[in-house]
Amino acid sequence: MTEWIKVGRIEDIPPLGARVVETGNGDIAVFRTAEDKIFAVRDKCPHKGGPLSQGIVHGRNVTCPLHNWNIALESGQAVAPDEGCVARYPLKVEDGVIHLSLKG
Amino acid sequence: MKEKLVLIGNGMAGVRTIEELLKLAPDAYDITVFGSEPFGNYNRILLSPVLAREKTIDDIMLNDLQWYNDNNIKLHTGKWVTKIDRAKRVVITEDGSEEPYDRLLLATGSNPFIIPVPGSDLPGVISFRDIHDVDAMLEASTKYKHAVVIGGGLLGLEAANGLRTQGMDVTVVHLLDTLMERQLDKPAAELLQCALKEKGLRFMMEAQTEAILGNERVSGVRFKDGREIPADLVVMAVGIRPNIELAKKSGIHCERGVVVSDTTQTYDPRIYAVGECVQHRGQTYGLVAPLFDMAKVCANHLAQLGYSRYEGSVVSTKLKVTGIDVFSAGDFLGDETTEDIVMKDAARGVYKKVVLKDNKIHGAVMFGDTVDGSWYFQLLRDGTDVSDIREHLMFGQAHLGDSGHGGQNAAVAMSDDMEVCGCNGVCKGDITKAIVDKGLFTLDDVRSHTKASASCGSCTGLVEQILVSTLGGDYSATPQEKPLCKCTDHTHDQVRKAIRAQHLTTIPTAMAYLEWRSPNGCHVCRPALNYYIISTWPAEGQDDPQSRFINERAHANIQKDGTYSVVPRMWGGLTTPNELRAIADVADKFKIPTVKVTGGQRIDLLGVKKEDLPAVWGDLNNAGMVSGHAYGKSLRTVKTCVGQEWCRFGTQDSTSMGVILERLTWGSWMPHKFKMAVSGCPRNCAEATIKDFGVVAVESGWELHVGGNGGVKVRPTDLLCKVTTDEEVIEYCCAFIQIYREEAHYLERTAPWLERVGLSYVKEKIVDDAENRAALQERFLESQRYAQKDPWAERVSKGVEKHEFIPLKHVS
Repeated sequence: MTEWIKVGRIEDIPPLGARVVETGNGDIAVFRTAEDKIFAVRDKCPHKGGPLSQGIVHGRNVTCPLHNWNIALESGQAVAPDEGCVARYPLKVEDGVIHLSLKG
Repeated sequence: MKEKLVLIGNGMAGVRTIEELLKLAPDAYDITVFGSEPFGNYNRILLSPVLAREKTIDDIMLNDLQWYNDNNIKLHTGKWVTKIDRAKRVVITEDGSEEPYDRLLLATGSNPFIIPVPGSDLPGVISFRDIHDVDAMLEASTKYKHAVVIGGGLLGLEAANGLRTQGMDVTVVHLLDTLMERQLDKPAAELLQCALKEKGLRFMMEAQTEAILGNERVSGVRFKDGREIPADLVVMAVGIRPNIELAKKSGIHCERGVVVSDTTQTYDPRIYAVGECVQHRGQTYGLVAPLFDMAKVCANHLAQLGYSRYEGSVVSTKLKVTGIDVFSAGDFLGDETTEDIVMKDAARGVYKKVVLKDNKIHGAVMFGDTVDGSWYFQLLRDGTDVSDIREHLMFGQAHLGDSGHGGQNAAVAMSDDMEVCGCNGVCKGDITKAIVDKGLFTLDDVRSHTKASASCGSCTGLVEQILVSTLGGDYSATPQEKPLCKCTDHTHDQVRKAIRAQHLTTIPTAMAYLEWRSPNGCHVCRPALNYYIISTWPAEGQDDPQSRFINERAHANIQKDGTYSVVPRMWGGLTTPNELRAIADVADKFKIPTVKVTGGQRIDLLGVKKEDLPAVWGDLNNAGMVSGHAYGKSLRTVKTCVGQEWCRFGTQDSTSMGVILERLTWGSWMPHKFKMAVSGCPRNCAEATIKDFGVVAVESGWELHVGGNGGVKVRPTDLLCKVTTDEEVIEYCCAFIQIYREEAHYLERTAPWLERVGLSYVKEKIVDDAENRAALQERFLESQRYAQKDPWAERVSKGVEKHEFIPLKHVS
């Protein structure tokens, strides 16, 4: 059974923005796109560990604030030609409430 | 039913067009490709390294068979198309099979020109155009001794050098008395010939071939003057002709090439043509850069976007002839209406000539040291008036040898393990490997794959050199007016003009009006759009925090570990015991690990956790301090010396002037960071002559300096003018900042901006035109009414952007 944790409402995250969920095992970045899609990935760029939650969100990508790597939020993969990938976390949205699972 | 697109010619231009098309409209067509060679698409530019046995055909493959498969493209290799039936809209191949098309793309390339002399069809007489020729040359080099290359152009010299490295005795035969006469003037060609002689090549100049001798196979060459030389292999490299046979036979209008319009369409609007087979506005092209330009335009029309136009390419030749750098562009010979500036240092093997006409660069040719070739080419294409920089022109842009790459300015002399890009730690070997393995052609390609020159950019010249030397005789120069980013075709200037003219005050309306290609832009265009909007419409423009880089959103500088640094403003570098006590208390209270004095005369608190930022600011606000904007594309600091008040040399009160200027200008958003300084005498202890706006006091008043930079590329300021009163300093300062705010591109510092527009232009607008100066000042002060709000206080007391600083949730 997946254990879902309520972390907040969609409106708590600005469109084209992100917020952080702090856990004992490091931060998780929760993103909101312009079309209100929500994605959650580990808040650590595969390049040099930059906090992805602080990056600029565009389309379904985020640009890491440290060295401008682009990460596709859906797959967690770095956009070519960069190579690398970041862990994703399952989530669901019910009545505007975001439920996150920590089993990434 | 999808429409059918047929490409005839599986070479670089045609396949590039398909690649561009797939990017724009991946599912628009069923695509079929016919190629006469039995391979996928390979990089013809890299044939020389194959001849030198440094690479194999597999190494230089750009699109292997898998690529065609992956993209559902039907590829027929080794198959000739013999006819196009335009009425029935089918192409017919040599075996009689037919392939229907809705649109057809001709990219049949060019054929080598074979001089029609007796014996030119003998075995052992070849050209140097494809992998088949290279195989023939390699085979000959193992069996035979004497090679003759007819043609002293780039291709001929590359072939000659390749055969020489394979151990053959090589003679280059040239009709004229100078090598590469289309790219080089006489002095440069002579230097080149000397250098090649030292490498063991022999030359016969002004020699006209009369016959190729031999029975079963070539055995020699005879010239008009009666001389004969032995030859076991003859390579004809006298030029290429557009391959228009098929087009002609099918009734498509051809002159020297297949004639196309600005949309790359032939006279039959269903049939497009790109590449070397094309004649556009009377020109034919043989270099890769223009072919790729055409490919882009053609793809735009095939994808039915229909707005792109090919308007011809200005070509520069930056070549690597067998390990020797040469460069030429434009009209490098000149005539009675032009003037030459020449620099020659034969011992160093360096020759440079710049041809000027009406104070603009009309052409240039360089040998040995070509680092500044791309700079001259840029000035040529931009039509920049070079009178302001004429005295320095021959010494180059001097962006190499500044910092970060150990003073290297010749990529040839570097070994593979030497570092080129000091920011990202990229070595020469990494770059050459990426260029070959990934099939890169442009500076942008190299930047995105290797990160070399992608950070501070000071090694750009070196990276370009490596690109040129790896690609040999070809290289795609960056186009002059680049689009703002990949989301649009519009340039910075066009975007800004539209924002003003159309009264666009939000990013979504600007994107909609300018037909942005991506739904919400990218990390490059959104901050630029945001700046243009808020600087153009200070009262109404909507500032979008999500389109700002994190530092400007969090009002602090992000550090490598995700913590932030905090720098309170110290007006003119002055502080008080109370302020220092408050800073010390904050550092203790929040356990801030590092406290550092900055270069801009203030104090940096490093390692602050993001959640602590509002509380840290609150304490600093309580002691009367505000944000120092050390994180912004905005006014940073005004550095001062102690000046007249204390210093025995001081001529004016520089500290007070610094405070006045900082109080006046703080908070203003700029295209890039902006630094000022005020020195109290010409000893210039505040280092005002490497600032964006520097003020130096003299006995009779103030000198105003602009466009300086002390960073990666050290650039001293230019003197704008001398003034006598404090009011004038203020007026000029405001006017200069405002013209920079209104006209520079986003992320362009004052130094490159000033070099782009010229000091004369800025003087004309600010110094000569008092009315304009006053208007600029007024607009600046108006925008300051909206900008001078302490962002820290807004967040501490008014709770602005609260979500930025607290986690969404804490889960244990």
